[in-house]
Amino acid sequence: MTKTAYPLSPDRLETKFSDKYPPYDLGEALAESNRCLYCFDAPCVHACPTSIDIPTFIKKIASGNVRGSAKTILSANLLGESCARVCPVEVLCEGDCVYTTWGRTPISIGRLQRYATENGARYVELERKHATGKSIGLVGAGPASLACAGRLALLGHEAVIYEKGTLPGGLNTTGVAPYKMPADEVLHEVEFIGSLGVKIETGVEVGKDISADELLEKHDAVFLGPGLGEDSQMDALARDTAGVLGAVEWIRRMKTDPKMSLDSVRHAAVIGGGNTALDAARELAQLGVEHVRLVYRRSEAEMRGYGHEWTQAKKEGVVLVPNAIVKEVVSQNGTVNSLALVRARNGKPTDHELDEIRTDLVIVAIGQARLLELVNMFPGVECDGRGHIVADEETGVTGNPLIFAAGDACNGGKEVVNAVAEGQRAATAIDAMLMGSDSGGKNA
Amino acid sequence: MPDLSVDFAGIKSPNPFWLASAPPTNSGEQVMRAFDAGWGGAVWKTLGDPIVNISSRLGSIDYTGQRMMGLTNIELITDRPLDVNLREITEVKKRYPGHALIVSLMVESRDDWVTLIKRSEDTGADGLELNFGCPHGMCERGMGSAVGQEPKVLEELVHWVMDAASIPVIAKLTPNITDVTEPAEAACRANVTALSLINTLQSIIGVDLDRLVPLPRVGDVSSHGGFCGPAVKPIALRMLAQLSRDPQVTVPVSGIGGIADWRDAAEFLALGATTVQVCTAVMHYGYRIVGELIDGLDAYLAEKRMDKVSDLVGAAVPAFKEWGELDLNYHVVAQIDADKCIGCQLCHVACHDGAHQCIHLPGTKAIPGNIAPMAEIAAQKAAESDGDSPYRVPWVDETECVGCNLCELVCPVENCITMVERRRAPEVDTWNDRVASGRDYVPGGLRELEKG
Repeated sequence: MTKTAYPLSPDRLETKFSDKYPPYDLGEALAESNRCLYCFDAPCVHACPTSIDIPTFIKKIASGNVRGSAKTILSANLLGESCARVCPVEVLCEGDCVYTTWGRTPISIGRLQRYATENGARYVELERKHATGKSIGLVGAGPASLACAGRLALLGHEAVIYEKGTLPGGLNTTGVAPYKMPADEVLHEVEFIGSLGVKIETGVEVGKDISADELLEKHDAVFLGPGLGEDSQMDALARDTAGVLGAVEWIRRMKTDPKMSLDSVRHAAVIGGGNTALDAARELAQLGVEHVRLVYRRSEAEMRGYGHEWTQAKKEGVVLVPNAIVKEVVSQNGTVNSLALVRARNGKPTDHELDEIRTDLVIVAIGQARLLELVNMFPGVECDGRGHIVADEETGVTGNPLIFAAGDACNGGKEVVNAVAEGQRAATAIDAMLMGSDSGGKNA
Repeated sequence: MPDLSVDFAGIKSPNPFWLASAPPTNSGEQVMRAFDAGWGGAVWKTLGDPIVNISSRLGSIDYTGQRMMGLTNIELITDRPLDVNLREITEVKKRYPGHALIVSLMVESRDDWVTLIKRSEDTGADGLELNFGCPHGMCERGMGSAVGQEPKVLEELVHWVMDAASIPVIAKLTPNITDVTEPAEAACRANVTALSLINTLQSIIGVDLDRLVPLPRVGDVSSHGGFCGPAVKPIALRMLAQLSRDPQVTVPVSGIGGIADWRDAAEFLALGATTVQVCTAVMHYGYRIVGELIDGLDAYLAEKRMDKVSDLVGAAVPAFKEWGELDLNYHVVAQIDADKCIGCQLCHVACHDGAHQCIHLPGTKAIPGNIAPMAEIAAQKAAESDGDSPYRVPWVDETECVGCNLCELVCPVENCITMVERRRAPEVDTWNDRVASGRDYVPGGLRELEKG
């Protein structure tokens, strides 16, 4: 376990997982990097939301210049280390690799990026501008805020992140599938962002420990990167029943809470069909739960989760219950016992009752609540009809010119790499706003 | 089934594949295992006066992950006692009478040569190879390449040997010389039976960047070595071809230099080698590679309807010309198969930065009047494609294309870029023709032009 200043118990369920792809050794990294064709105007770069110069960092691995390789990555993407491991490369860089077009195995860009950052990042010194005297307060310590704050610090500004929880890193720490990246390694990356001069204050909740007005008074600009809220409620489900958990909560506890145990769980049901549902189901199956069912209100073909993730889930034994909606959580002595289901047509319930399924654990993965309450504290900032913060796509600026926002709270829940790209773009725009340049927003 | 057996200057061999004089032929135990594996002949590691070897001895150059593109060594001739070597050679020849067994020799004085030749012939060996090539260590003592680089000395020495020898004698030449035909012709004047080439090239294989010492490192210093392996093949082929078309070189040649598979071997044969000698590939992968050499050559000869190896020997020599004899009206242009293209655009960047700026990205416009049949199609497809999967197939301006081959060479996809013939005129017109007919100038022509 990687040691960091943040407290994590060694008894977490997460520690039972091993890496989906073990790290490359030198020989493997050389062999793979030498396979790269070094395309001109490479399609992989276009596919990366942070536009990492992929052929360049790969050629630097091949020439034994791992430090330079890591610098190429981190210059474009401050969270290059976690993106290397959590990015859905199958649909991003590797999906557009010309080898894929050619019907051959694409370059393992994610694994090479992990090799470069893990072995080279500690030697990288990114250029830091002189102190400007300007200060930015950032709400939430997830990928969007970390990337934004890191870039702001490099531009010479003071960047202070306020995180209501005890652990920084956002969903990278509490939500990423542990076979992709465990929490301790995420926290190590957070410390790298700290090393750029970013201050992270955990246990500080906006509206409780510090007000929005105080934030605006203390800082020259504010960045909102709160992510999405807690798990959405599901009317039919008794959330008070023991054994019923929201997916975000379940993953967080599996990764960080040593009291979380699956000892009495043989049957589990995950409700939903998106990537969070697939992550939760795969994690349960890999942790040894015998029967893991995915209850989804539409058909297999309509699942929103990535195809490659669902293929893996099936291999791990996850069974789909399609076109089904939970009518009732049946409990015994306050503990969940089974799920009563009705057939769904086009995602809507019908009267047709299906067989009850036995279950010891129900994970609800049907989305996260929005953050209206937080948003309403900041003058000029608004949410749209779906509960997303309204912010300019290029600059992240909200209805208040001093307040910027990015990440899941704005885009409704995309990948870490999208949050990083948006956060970095916002940093460039904030810098332009504070320093009086009008060139902000582009090429962040 | 083609007959792979060869007769090299009277030396019979079951196939043209011999092991070169080097570590793989250091001992009888090794040579017998090599013959068992299928090698037709072996040139024993050079015998001579006692030497002492150093450590380390080898260094290699890797290329994009491929090990040992080239190998360098600073090892000297055999460091085993002469009696032991001669006894083992005798034993091997007795056990393998049908295989070609050659003894490589290198000594200094005439008396030593005469003595060593007699003792070598007593083993029953089929021939002698004179090591005039070793370019490190031995040459500092006036032997090896020191002889190969001085045609007069070499001629004299071959005379001594030919006076003393009663079995075929092969002179092995060094490539560390400006014109390899000079020592070859000198050896022929002294009535040598055959030639072999190339020996290794003088080299520094690399530098240890932490210690700042050249490689291979001997303590805190190093010395230059002899370079061999796949990287030297083009140099060897050219020197072989020079000898093959030289009317003064009338003896058979054994080709050496970077041969690793049957294709390499066939190329040497086509450029005039009667046998080939292999070392680096065996040092890399072992004697077993000879199976692939035999199988591949056998299949190739059968496919080309050649009954025996000698049908192939020298077959490409008539096509090896001087530049002045090449047809200036022959012209090719690149064509890109859009269906095979994977969109890496390496042809574009190579042509744009390293050649003649005639391969363009889709969406750009052709110069009016230039022949560029794919330009408009590419522009149309680029316009139709979306941002998620843009059309990336480049197009060729055939008017600007000089037919250099670079795009075809960098393209990772087999047969995606082909060079298509577009003759400038039906008649053949060479530089020599132009000079002969007064349409162009001989060397010094620029001065002629200035004078008007």
